[in-house]
Amino acid sequence: MKYAYYPGCSLECSSAAYDVSVRAVAELLGIELKELDDWNCCGATEYFSQDELTASSVIARNLALVEPDLNQLVAPCAACYLNLKKVDHLMGEHADLSAKINQALAAGGLRYQAGRVRVRHLLDVIHTDIGEQAIRDKVVRPLTGLRVAPYYGCQVVRPYNGFDDPEQPVKLDELFTWLGAEVVDYPVKTHCCGGHMTQISEPQAFELHRRLLQNAVEYEADMILCMCPMCQLNLDAYQNRVNGLFNTHFKMPIVFFTQMLGIAFGIEPKKLGFGKEIVAAEPVIRAKLAPATQPSA
Amino acid sequence: MINIAHDKRGLSFRDQVVADTPGGEQLAHCLQCGSCGGSCPNGADMDYTPRTLFALINAGQRDKVLSANTMWCCVSCYACTSRCPQNIPITDVMYALKRLSLRENMASGTDAPALARTFTGLLDKYGRSFEFGLASRYYLFNKPISMLKMGPLGLSMFTRGRMSLVPTKIRQLDQLQAIIKKARELGGAS
Repeated sequence: MKYAYYPGCSLECSSAAYDVSVRAVAELLGIELKELDDWNCCGATEYFSQDELTASSVIARNLALVEPDLNQLVAPCAACYLNLKKVDHLMGEHADLSAKINQALAAGGLRYQAGRVRVRHLLDVIHTDIGEQAIRDKVVRPLTGLRVAPYYGCQVVRPYNGFDDPEQPVKLDELFTWLGAEVVDYPVKTHCCGGHMTQISEPQAFELHRRLLQNAVEYEADMILCMCPMCQLNLDAYQNRVNGLFNTHFKMPIVFFTQMLGIAFGIEPKKLGFGKEIVAAEPVIRAKLAPATQPSA
Repeated sequence: MINIAHDKRGLSFRDQVVADTPGGEQLAHCLQCGSCGGSCPNGADMDYTPRTLFALINAGQRDKVLSANTMWCCVSCYACTSRCPQNIPITDVMYALKRLSLRENMASGTDAPALARTFTGLLDKYGRSFEFGLASRYYLFNKPISMLKMGPLGLSMFTRGRMSLVPTKIRQLDQLQAIIKKARELGGAS
């Protein structure tokens, strides 16, 4: 199965662990990801705050760059996924906006027809296109004994996803059950991490981080699984500052779901970007899991 | 006082918000149920929750609405949008209000516009986001004291290879900039 791949800016550097683990896991599962040539930033939430047409046109450039022989674009980052999906949706619903976006694209010699590209989140591709049996067949180091909190966040499940429930999503829960993990009930699984609020108003953002961390502790999770670079950054990099503000003692590893998928498939932790997280995850993995039953991939 | 001033398009304030939001015509159907404010992670910090803000919009209270902190508290989690029984695209209404507030120079008491401008400025220049450039410029010009607290965090990100000091540029920057220039002309926005 071949897909166009949009890594997004975070995956180039601050969330490089997501990118390397996505590529490693995809290769093992036979998901062929062809990186979109010369892709540009999706503008996150910042461009829409200033200029809707420019924001949409900047995003549409990426959709227009998808090669004619490919009709699916995979984005692991929640914000990129939402933005790409949103512009395709808006262009399909609002002919006037679509016409203006195409006028802007024409200035760069490009054109995009709504619906030409199907934007997919990686979780959807792994869960739906690969499916349970093929995933189970690849497990060489079952995650038995490891308690994981599945954290979906906001922008994958709302409002356009079409592959899971926006209020009570289960696809990540199911995937990790297939890997043998104990998936804890995590009532805040779709609550917001604060996004860019960490840069604007720390007390406001840190309270949201605290709730997410506290809930994982209360449900005795060993780690939180993320599918968004912003969620991972907020909960991991600022965890120490949250502890300082609330006098808490959180020491909760925050990892990308693809990293743990890779562990279950027997891939070396170094090839999955472990060691880049601020709150170390490997000690927990070593303490909870038996070594791989077969040589690593 | 109710402000019924019309903008240069001849639109009332409410119609202006509707025109600037894809799907914004649903705004007229707000039931005042409050699902939005109840779902909002930052609702407690808002001057007015979305429900109240929509009542003010429908009443033409332009200045109160555009100077409120409500839309700047919105981080686009889409919880309200997903739950609104009247299908009001609330997150997109918030974006429209942010744009109107910036255009009218009425945003105050928040660093969110500065963050947005720094972010998109770098995107326009390189075609990619540049996190070190964003953090250093934004904190230096807006929160110089907070920079001290960010130091240790920046260092631990850097030593783990999670922060680059040089930006990545796309190859066809001219093409992207031509698209941006044309979109600005067509949109007439800031």
